[in-house]
Amino acid sequence: MISLQGYGPSIWEGTLLTINVSLVSLLVAVVLGTFGALAKLSGIRLLKMSAQVYTTVIRGVPDLVLMLLVFFGGQTLVNQFALLIGYEEYIDINPYIAGVSTIGFIFGAYMTETFRGAILAVPYGQLEAAQAYGMNRRQVFFRILLPQMVRHAIPGFGNNWLVLTKATALVSIIGLDDMVRKASLAAGATRMPFTFYAAVAGIYLMITTISIYLLRWLENRYSFGVHRD
Amino acid sequence: MNYTIILENASIYLEGIGNTLQLVSLSVFFGFFIAVVLAVILTSTKNPVFTLPIRAFVYFFRGTPLLIQMFLVYYGMGQFEWIKSTFLWDYFKEAHFCALFVFALNTGAYTTEIFRGSIVNTPRGEIEAAKAAGMSHLLMLRRIILPSSFRRALPAYGNEIIFMLHGTALASVITIVDLTGAARIVNSRFYSPYEAFVTAGLLYMVITFSMVWGLKKMEQRWLGHLQRGSSKG
Repeated sequence: MISLQGYGPSIWEGTLLTINVSLVSLLVAVVLGTFGALAKLSGIRLLKMSAQVYTTVIRGVPDLVLMLLVFFGGQTLVNQFALLIGYEEYIDINPYIAGVSTIGFIFGAYMTETFRGAILAVPYGQLEAAQAYGMNRRQVFFRILLPQMVRHAIPGFGNNWLVLTKATALVSIIGLDDMVRKASLAAGATRMPFTFYAAVAGIYLMITTISIYLLRWLENRYSFGVHRD
Repeated sequence: MNYTIILENASIYLEGIGNTLQLVSLSVFFGFFIAVVLAVILTSTKNPVFTLPIRAFVYFFRGTPLLIQMFLVYYGMGQFEWIKSTFLWDYFKEAHFCALFVFALNTGAYTTEIFRGSIVNTPRGEIEAAKAAGMSHLLMLRRIILPSSFRRALPAYGNEIIFMLHGTALASVITIVDLTGAARIVNSRFYSPYEAFVTAGLLYMVITFSMVWGLKKMEQRWLGHLQRGSSKG
């Protein structure tokens, strides 16, 4: 076992923050993704177009650039707005909020595509059949669409989650004390950068591996009763 | 928005675009060769002496963030005295080399997985036909399996290239003036985050969608026979 020179607890704190940022951004992404997918399938032109612009822009711009834009740009925006309403003190934008909202925003676009595909994968006849049984729209959604859509969404959702956890490493660049930044601080103090970055790489591998097993379990569970040839 | 800042600093952005394009093309170029060799080895032998290290390599590079991989190489190599005392240090002390090294390995790992999948899924009939025609394993690989699987890998591989383009933005973290680096310089010099980063974002979009367009053309050319309504050619 490699020695972390007493920086173990600090790295552990960073790990918790990394997991925290990942989960909260995932939540933001799922909410945005649901709205995005519904907007894309809504048939209302304005909604469809805005969702299209959203996913196109996200696919065209690197996450780091978006994050820097939100962090630095958001800062200016908030302060200009504060001045407008007569608040004169300088407001620092919280890197946690900048990080979570950017990552959530980015992966919301990927979730939009995943969810859209999953909704389309549910045979339309089933929805019609549900309507014919006299279910209202909410009942159709919760009883027929959602349970089946989850099954189709899990593989894509899992992929997005794996990419998302890795993307959280970027929050260290805007000064959030996640495990990458904790490792950088420890590396600077001990002059052992390889040791600390390798440790963090190991933690990421663990998170990824555990996630893969959980997702596989989930996928099996939701595919219960599905025939495979 | 103040556009004069951008116009006055156009040369920084141009330099940034140049570096970004260079990083992407070189890393994709080297990554391609790494991936072809590793994917062929993975699909032609079951001997763990060969497959285990390759699997570990792919697992590591796909399971950890690119940023960490870059830090491991750029900052991490200096921890070892024996590297510092050899010629290797001449390379690993250069940010540009480190970025290229990591990007090539990273895209190589992802691409290995893509190519492995498409080689495994080569239609059995094609292989049987090649065998019936009396081809040796190597000849079959060169003439049938690789060309056929490259075509089928193209859509996924295209996505990977776009991911790599976006991944190169990380090079700015280790002092390289790529497109993101240019934006960071402009932002810190003039404190104009919108102008700086929106410009970079738009330029990235232009590069991304030109690449997407080019890849689509390639798909139409090499994958046309597998698409519907392809009789027009």
